[in-house]
Amino acid sequence: MTTTWVVVLGASAGTLVIKGLAPALLGGRALPARVAGAMALLAPAVLAALIVTNTFATGRHVVLDPRAAGLGAALVAILLRAPVLVVIVVAAGTAALLRALT
Amino acid sequence: MLMERTTYAEGARRAWPLAVAVGGFGLTYGVLARQAGFSSASVVVFSILTFAGSAQLAAVSIVADGGTAVAAIAAALLLNARYLPIGLSVAPYLPGRAAARAAQGQVAVDEAWAVSHRGGGRYDPRLLVGAGLTIYAAWVVCSVAGVAAGSALGDPETFGLDAAFPALFLALLAGQIRDRRLLVAAIAGGAIALAMVPLVPPGVPIVAASAVCLAGLRTR
Repeated sequence: MTTTWVVVLGASAGTLVIKGLAPALLGGRALPARVAGAMALLAPAVLAALIVTNTFATGRHVVLDPRAAGLGAALVAILLRAPVLVVIVVAAGTAALLRALT
Repeated sequence: MLMERTTYAEGARRAWPLAVAVGGFGLTYGVLARQAGFSSASVVVFSILTFAGSAQLAAVSIVADGGTAVAAIAAALLLNARYLPIGLSVAPYLPGRAAARAAQGQVAVDEAWAVSHRGGGRYDPRLLVGAGLTIYAAWVVCSVAGVAAGSALGDPETFGLDAAFPALFLALLAGQIRDRRLLVAAIAGGAIALAMVPLVPPGVPIVAASAVCLAGLRTR
């Protein structure tokens, strides 16, 4: 089996369990506040890590390339409350334009 | 006894604008995953089974960058860990046997969950399922459309598609930063990941960033 299928089936199996676990087992109890508070930090931390690595990393090297300009353009679009598709097109277009010019 | 009768159709109606946004995301995911070397079938099966955009995109981006399957799966599941508390919050309101409740939990994605909230931590299962299935349909159909488009395009860097990944994650993050604590978590997660890049194989820095939530355990 290729890496891609291992990832697809592994992540899918794990997600099915995560999403179904509490509804299947419960009954009305909530997570302790401390644990719920900690879980809430997970998504922003991991998303930020994805942004940084997808912008400034190539393999194990930290690099500054047109992706950084694309991210900057995306930030401006988000601050201007542009729809998600526009944000993506702006970021991709900025990086593509820089590459075409240099 | 609910004061107001709700229906699945009402949930679908309320989810419609969200489904358009999710569809745009699905289109992008399909294009990027195809460009990252995932087969058309695996891209679509991923959407059908996982139905979690940020997790799927994270896994795809890690594989595209040469990360291992384990790192890709770990990052995807960390991003989906929020579905544990989301599942806990809706569980008391879901009807049926355990298997039926688990099935309803599969469509309790962020947007559907928000639509079904009736205030005060109470959730409406019909709104949840109506909204969830609408968003699910948009997600899968647009993933397929993205696959078709992604297969037709040439070199992804020519179109700046590698810059689309972080832009998409930034848009998702912006929607989640609701207070200062979450902002600090994001900055810390990004800093940890950047510092780890030269030290460990691709994908691992993202998993390492999850250590931020340990600080969340200590600050309360």
